[in-house]
Amino acid sequence: MMKLVSSKIAVVALVACVVPALAGEALAGGVTAAGLTAGGLEPAGVRNCTWCHGTSGQGYPVAPGLAAQRYQYIENQLVSFHQHTRDNPFSRQYMWGAAANLSPRRARDLSVYFASLPAKAANDGDRSVAAAGRALYEDGDPEANTVACAVCHGPNAEGIRQIPRLAGLSYFYLKRRLRQWGQGYHVAAEAPMPLVASRLTPYEIEALASYLSFVK
Amino acid sequence: MKGVTLRLAVLASLAFVLSPPVCADEADRGEAPQRGLHAKIEYCKICHGFSGQGYRGFIPIPRLAGQQTEYFENQLRAYAERRRENRYMYAVARTLSPATRSALAAHFRGLNAGPWGGAPRHLVAAGRRLYEEGAPETNVPACMACHGADAKGVDAIPRLAGQLPDYIANKLVNWGRERGQDSATPDPSAVMLPTSHNLTRSQIAAVAAYLSYQQ
Repeated sequence: MMKLVSSKIAVVALVACVVPALAGEALAGGVTAAGLTAGGLEPAGVRNCTWCHGTSGQGYPVAPGLAAQRYQYIENQLVSFHQHTRDNPFSRQYMWGAAANLSPRRARDLSVYFASLPAKAANDGDRSVAAAGRALYEDGDPEANTVACAVCHGPNAEGIRQIPRLAGLSYFYLKRRLRQWGQGYHVAAEAPMPLVASRLTPYEIEALASYLSFVK
Repeated sequence: MKGVTLRLAVLASLAFVLSPPVCADEADRGEAPQRGLHAKIEYCKICHGFSGQGYRGFIPIPRLAGQQTEYFENQLRAYAERRRENRYMYAVARTLSPATRSALAAHFRGLNAGPWGGAPRHLVAAGRRLYEEGAPETNVPACMACHGADAKGVDAIPRLAGQLPDYIANKLVNWGRERGQDSATPDPSAVMLPTSHNLTRSQIAAVAAYLSYQQ
């Protein structure tokens, strides 16, 4: 199975290298910020990512949305895949290989590119528990020693610096990550998420993941 | 596929066993108050840092390590009574008994994390001068006079050494909007109000930078 995925990635990589040359643009060495904000130039190799993460980086339940994500966060994740610190099953199976040959320059360019794409909410949570999720997100539950997510992730779940945007991520992805941290899988970079997640009840995870999937 | 699943299961259990310890409430039923306090301390540290060093979240979350116990407890009371306004800390402080407040204060007093730093270095010299001499022409006293030459404070006067620079700046700029919010019950925070008004933004940035590097 891995062999099939690797050969697919190899084919895509070859195509991605050839197409820009055919178009007459030399994209070697990445893209300037001006090029990105002008809204068009894709960094070399982006098709390796959009294959799973969606053509506008909007994500699928298996591969999270990258559009409008904090670029430092994406970069940190790519480093952690390289170093094998982030170890949840899908990361291990897909992202360790995908990030294995990414140079720091290429990782930075891809991260900045996806960060510049417009956000698109997954809207795939359970609406009946979204209100409870919002209350938990904004105020936590001090009696139960549950922190307010907004303190770090921001009132609109947009994140800041290397702290990720959560707004609009897939309910399935968020639920999976929260449960994984509770099961002992590691974070990519320094973050208190395992401790936070291990205190959440299954209902709270449902509510939070649902609420966040609807936030624009 | 079966082999892969088994390997994944083994790896997952290893990951669980080898992951950093979480407060295992279930394991220790004999000491209810201790267990509660341990869980509460961990809870504080999720935001304030595992060594009490603070954290740059969406908002700057202050260092608590080495903080004066009297100041620490006063702030928790001020939050609970809404004399000091903060949406998150109000919710937290309301759940704390006086005994828990004291225990938390004592715990964080004993921590000794390194200074946060991170501020522009070129501001430090000016910040130091301001800290030690004040700005008499604009009625700004020397911070050192109350907060101490080592910026570690005393009694109800807080430690500033090693504090996040954007936290210090944030507080000084917003002093009147956040502190002393109950005009019927004036509190010691009033002493900083004139100073916070008289400091310019660049003076605030300088003194915050200086303090962020103090051990």
